[in-house]
Amino acid sequence: MGFGALYLMACSGALVELYRRYCSQNTAQPTARDETFLRVYLAVMAVLAWLAVITGSYIIYPWYRAKPPAGTTDLAAFPRYFLLSSPHTSAWHNMGMEWKEYIAWIAPIAITMAAVVVLQYGRRLKDHPQLRNTVLCFVWASLVAAGVAGFFGAMLNKNAPVEGGDTIHLVEGGTK
Amino acid sequence: MNTTAATTTSLPNGRGAAAVLAAGIGSFALGLFAVLADKIPSIKNWTNFYNPTGPLSGVTTCTVFVWLAAWAILQMRWRNREVRFGPVGTVALVLLALGILLTFPPLADLF
Repeated sequence: MGFGALYLMACSGALVELYRRYCSQNTAQPTARDETFLRVYLAVMAVLAWLAVITGSYIIYPWYRAKPPAGTTDLAAFPRYFLLSSPHTSAWHNMGMEWKEYIAWIAPIAITMAAVVVLQYGRRLKDHPQLRNTVLCFVWASLVAAGVAGFFGAMLNKNAPVEGGDTIHLVEGGTK
Repeated sequence: MNTTAATTTSLPNGRGAAAVLAAGIGSFALGLFAVLADKIPSIKNWTNFYNPTGPLSGVTTCTVFVWLAAWAILQMRWRNREVRFGPVGTVALVLLALGILLTFPPLADLF
């Protein structure tokens, strides 16, 4: 959640900077230091996005989908089953988690592409208006994807907090 | 996509086009694999690469593989070429939109 929150905060900054630098009527050439800063900024964002989805999918998600032992009546430590146990909360899993778990992966793909393109083209991106506009669309998409994942992550944690633990009871048969 | 040899001294748009189209392909692959793993039991079992994470592990691993493979192939073909970017960008954005839509459960449930 920390990596995702950092990514979301960084994303709006990246959009503003990319627009200001390559799309606006600003004719001033960025300095080499500015160029390096944006390249490093986007590379760090890509790292944050990958850390967010990898830790989310391989550390947090197994806790979320842990299966309660037979006979368990208190499902508080088993968020997925807790949410599905009531029709009032089941949509948080069926809609929220099922969307969040996949759409979040759009963000690292999109921002990695954007980082590589800026790394390769730098100030020459101004010479390729269609390319830079398409890259900007992908960065917007990564913001939307991270926003959806962040929103449902926060709401799911509010309704059924994921606390983790030493023991993970696996869901048998590979069900979601 | 029509391509022509790069004649300008500036960096040709081929490598940028390759990165953009590959990201579109990767996004679409994510949505497609998510739907397939949700609807087809054999694919759901096959994508269960890591049991604690379930099918999500296989869906995302396959997505990353498809994305990087597409990027490598397109990069090899377009790296030093000037590509007609309009169709490439449009296809990439359509694939991105489809990928996002296919991850949306109410739409994925229509299949």
